[in-house]
Amino acid sequence: MLEVDIEHRLADFALDIHFHAGRGLTALFGRSGAGKTSVVNAIAGLLRPRRGRIVMDGSVLLDTERGVWVPTHLRRVGYVFQEGRLFPHLTVRQNLLFGRWFAPARERRVIKLDDVVDLLGIAALLDRRPGRLSGGEKQRVAIGRALLGSPRLLLMDEPLASLDARRKDEILPYLERLRDDARVPTVYVSHSVAEVTRLATTIVLMSAGRVHAVGPVHEVMGRAELYPLTGRFEAGAILGVRITAHDPRWSLTQLTGDFGRLTVPRLDAPVGTALRVRIRARDVILAVTRPTGISALNVLAAEVERLVPIEEGTLEVQLRLGRERLLARVTRLSGEALGLATGREVFALIKTVAIDRRSLSRQGETADLDDEMETFDG
Amino acid sequence: MLDFSAAEIEAVRLSLRVAFWAMAGSLPFGLATAIVLARGRFYGKSLLDGVVHLPLVMPPVVTGYLLLLLFGRNGPLGRFFDETFGIVFAFRWTGAALACAVMGFPLLVRAIRLSLEAVDRRLEEAAGTLGARRIFVFVLVTLPLIAPGIVAGMVLSFARSLGEFGATITFVSNIPGETRTIASAIYTLTQTPGGDVGALRLTLVSIALSFVALLAADLLARRMGRRLSGD
Repeated sequence: MLEVDIEHRLADFALDIHFHAGRGLTALFGRSGAGKTSVVNAIAGLLRPRRGRIVMDGSVLLDTERGVWVPTHLRRVGYVFQEGRLFPHLTVRQNLLFGRWFAPARERRVIKLDDVVDLLGIAALLDRRPGRLSGGEKQRVAIGRALLGSPRLLLMDEPLASLDARRKDEILPYLERLRDDARVPTVYVSHSVAEVTRLATTIVLMSAGRVHAVGPVHEVMGRAELYPLTGRFEAGAILGVRITAHDPRWSLTQLTGDFGRLTVPRLDAPVGTALRVRIRARDVILAVTRPTGISALNVLAAEVERLVPIEEGTLEVQLRLGRERLLARVTRLSGEALGLATGREVFALIKTVAIDRRSLSRQGETADLDDEMETFDG
Repeated sequence: MLDFSAAEIEAVRLSLRVAFWAMAGSLPFGLATAIVLARGRFYGKSLLDGVVHLPLVMPPVVTGYLLLLLFGRNGPLGRFFDETFGIVFAFRWTGAALACAVMGFPLLVRAIRLSLEAVDRRLEEAAGTLGARRIFVFVLVTLPLIAPGIVAGMVLSFARSLGEFGATITFVSNIPGETRTIASAIYTLTQTPGGDVGALRLTLVSIALSFVALLAADLLARRMGRRLSGD
């Protein structure tokens, strides 16, 4: 449990941040320059806010009113920096074990070197020095180094930002495993919708030094009024599903959720695996009668919940799909022609190939659904 | 030609001893001064910087004379060291080492300071997040990273000491077997009829020593550079 409540002056704007983060992965999401890094630096003790209070698991790290300031080396946070920051004069093994010497003796063995090396796939690098490692390798070592300090909280500042798409895909599965297996609460800074929707349990939406919304990732990303901040082009819904069958003949996989079934290109995961699927609003087509004679394999019955005009000529349609939600984007002309209105029964069509590997991710611990979403007027 | 006299061999050995102790003795002070100048923020920093660099720009004779005033038998610091530690500088080889240390100090400090300023502070922050307190950060991260700079500074200080003449001869004179280093010996030989050959011999020795010092420094720096670049 982490409570952050800080005010600070930055070069361009004032930082005024309040949020609570629970278990799992909390994403600080926003454009570059929103002050996200300053927030994690304040949590790590690398930046000293002018005013505020930071509490982690009941221990007060900062309280300007009572004059409490815990120095960085006593905070026991693992920090994965954007640029790795591996020690160039030490081998990978020495880098990994650096934090071990400083962790309290009784907690030193909680996370084992071999486990971390396996989790991150870095066994072959142990005796090398960081100078010649690739960007992806460096980041994995940096993650391992942070973990082996037995941190109470893991901070990751855009750990994938300096990597190309292939390296990102190489590291993302490790981050998912970390979130699900290592059970260290994590604060993750990112400006990438894809990373955040894939990894985050809770999202803290930031802009110009302020928090605009806090809540479960599928709710915050699906809210039309937040599109200016979350990015309208990427708007979409996240559905929880489970793999129920593979069809080797056509190379397809069947996913089942509360709302019905989805057919997607074949996945390499056993039947029963829980996944998140992200369906972008622009990949959904609406029909008022069940269509026949079309190529789209996914036709889901849904009910229109709300219509939100998002720009000249375009409507965002929020659909109820059993207990889940789906977003569709249509032109205002189509909305008029189909007679779309709240309560109307429609069919949502999703092209099978629109759901690719990047839209799918392992299901982590999801945020408590009872959590009321907090909103701040900013 | 290469037929060294006992006095010449004595001068070479004395020079090496003086240069070694000048370098070793000034290293801790040089490191501390470099840290203060590179990292410290305090009133009068440029004054300290100026004082450290003075021996580089003042005539060596002036430095030697100041040392004589301060560390001579009746100088305030000279008396203090004699009474407290039993160390006498005036007209001893220790005084020659002190003069050399002072003359080489700006070079030593400068080399270490430059490498300190080149250290990526973000690596020190990273070490802090891993639980290391400041002293451990310094020993485990900063010190290894500035090691090439320290070596460079030590070599410069050593080489400067081998060549030091003016301050030494002013402060501790030119006493055979005590303060007659290579430089003083060459000076003496050139003032003596028939000393040319001896002067030439010592000149060659001096060139050889400087060369070896530079080669050794280059080798060490390259080895450390390789370590840092990942091999």
